Amino acid sequence: MISLLSYLCNGISLGSVYAIIALGYTMVYGIAKMLNFAHGDVIMIGAYVTFCAIQYLGLPPMVSVLLAMVACTLLGVIIERLAYKPLRQASSLAVLITAIGMSYLLQNVALLLWGSNPKSFPSVVNLGSLSFFDGQLLISGETIVTVVMNIIIMVGLTLFTGKTKMGKAMRVVAEDKGAAELMGINVNLTISITFAIGSALAAVAGVLLCSAYPTLMPTTGSMPGIKAFTAAVFGGIGSIPGAMLGGILLGVIEILGKAYISTELGDAIVFAVLIVVLLVRPTGLLGKPVREKV
Amino acid sequence: MKKMIALVLALAMALTMTAFATAEDAGTIKIGVIGPMTGAAATYGTAVANGAQIAAEEINALGGVQLELLVQDDEHDAEKAINAYNTVMDGGAQFILGTVTTSPCIAVAAQAYEERVFMLTPSASSTEVTDGKDNVYQVCFTDPAQGTASAEMISEKALGTKIGVIYNSSDAYSTGIYQAFEAKATELGLEVVTAQAFASDDNADFSVQLSACKNAGADLVFLPIYYTPASLILAQAKSMEYAPVFFGVDGMDGILTLEGFDASLAEGVMLLTPFSAASTDEKTQAFVAKYQEAFGETPNQFAADAYDGIYALYTAVQNAGITAETSPEDACELLIAQFPTLQIDGLTGALAWETSGEVTKTPNVYVIEGGVYVKME
Repeated sequence: MISLLSYLCNGISLGSVYAIIALGYTMVYGIAKMLNFAHGDVIMIGAYVTFCAIQYLGLPPMVSVLLAMVACTLLGVIIERLAYKPLRQASSLAVLITAIGMSYLLQNVALLLWGSNPKSFPSVVNLGSLSFFDGQLLISGETIVTVVMNIIIMVGLTLFTGKTKMGKAMRVVAEDKGAAELMGINVNLTISITFAIGSALAAVAGVLLCSAYPTLMPTTGSMPGIKAFTAAVFGGIGSIPGAMLGGILLGVIEILGKAYISTELGDAIVFAVLIVVLLVRPTGLLGKPVREKV
Repeated sequence: MKKMIALVLALAMALTMTAFATAEDAGTIKIGVIGPMTGAAATYGTAVANGAQIAAEEINALGGVQLELLVQDDEHDAEKAINAYNTVMDGGAQFILGTVTTSPCIAVAAQAYEERVFMLTPSASSTEVTDGKDNVYQVCFTDPAQGTASAEMISEKALGTKIGVIYNSSDAYSTGIYQAFEAKATELGLEVVTAQAFASDDNADFSVQLSACKNAGADLVFLPIYYTPASLILAQAKSMEYAPVFFGVDGMDGILTLEGFDASLAEGVMLLTPFSAASTDEKTQAFVAKYQEAFGETPNQFAADAYDGIYALYTAVQNAGITAETSPEDACELLIAQFPTLQIDGLTGALAWETSGEVTKTPNVYVIEGGVYVKME
């Protein structure tokens, strides 16, 4: 019983990391209607910036995280301006391929800048772990912070898109770009801001990812990126609570699958569940069914 | 008379040409170095290229036979490794130091066997690399040899009674060591209580594997894996408050050089490795100092294996009288004849080779204490 509980906790801790990455994916997809495959790599850059700030500049962790958020925001805006904006009218396939190219570009730039040797990321979380049942069940400080950050970001994003003028503009752009433009909304600016927010979230996700799993190398973002994308689809891509739910469920399924079926089949089980969910509910768990317009 | 002059001129020309040829060629032997210089396995490839470069520079400074390294990137990909092999051979390489990682090495070895090109791999440790090929030799231990030696060491020093294993089932290196380890452990009466696999190099969460070891009551966990996943395992074991003895193999070497790594996590970790940068002998210290100066990093065992590999090749080249004129095919036969007779006193121990291509050298066991390796006697 305790071991099941402890597996559940481990699952939530892994899932909360997926969820925080998935929030960025889903935000950009929901508004710009594009899959930003470079998101995982922006995460990696964010983690590297934090690492350098702590290790080489000796800055306190919180300042380093803020610095990484600024750096990633700038990076996100630059990527959007240079690579995606010229393709605004192009087919979605062209944008998708560009995003994949951007992902490899970022990985290789990181390889040039920081080398191929992995680095061990110092945790930015100073919280001890919570212990239950005489230490048989432990919840690490990183897990607690990640879950709390997830909730803050989720609530924050929901309020932002629901209440603020910019947020409303984003929802209109998501609904119909052409009509939004006719209503006097600056579509380009709105999409740029979406990217800026998505990338700032990526920095936070990168720091939390590396605090929980402390190896940092140029490919660090790619596998979690793919899993988080799966989580976003699982929960219903475009839906902010869906990303969080999808992420947590994905982590729990992965850990339980590993624990009770096979440690080698964890990933296979995750993707099999995804296929089943998509067969039953093609829009994901919390996705709104889209009626085909005739 | 005219004929006479023509003859003299022709003779003079022929003489000068041969003179030029010997002056230039006696020196420069071309060695192809193939390994992953970019991509996820780049750490190993660049270490090999750097270690080989230091050895070649030392040898070139001696005068006499000069070595030129033709370095090509294979991105740890079998197909690209074949391209890299073709590129170095087109560039005039006479034999190969490489390749670095196992699966590309198997592919290249097959082609080199067909074309009769000699290969000395610094680090591809699977027996599949050398199986049935007389032209492929290894500087590193084979995987089974490491597994067997680890089991012997654990039994001999009574390091643990209940043994858990965490290995990477998608990696031939890790699986090979694990299988040999388990066979030997059973033979020696050690109890392997659980063997937990993970199936991807990107795996980051080891909580399930560690819980299984903890629940099985393992007091020693054998980690035949590379140091990157091992560093994650150590961190996660700590947050689970699980503290068995961790015992690694040569892939564990480098864990202390991981930038930002909290060395206290590795306190008490044991590892079996032929090379350690922390070793205090003069030769190792000189190599480490040179390497740090040139590349700003601490060398790992891949660099040391490559360094020893270049010296082994150099010795064999001298013994066999190979010159720049020797074709790759001839060099191959000469080196095959030389290698089983070589005795190299290298950074990774006293090296000698079997005709199968397998190396024999003595492994050392180190314990990490206070952030440094301490040799276990």
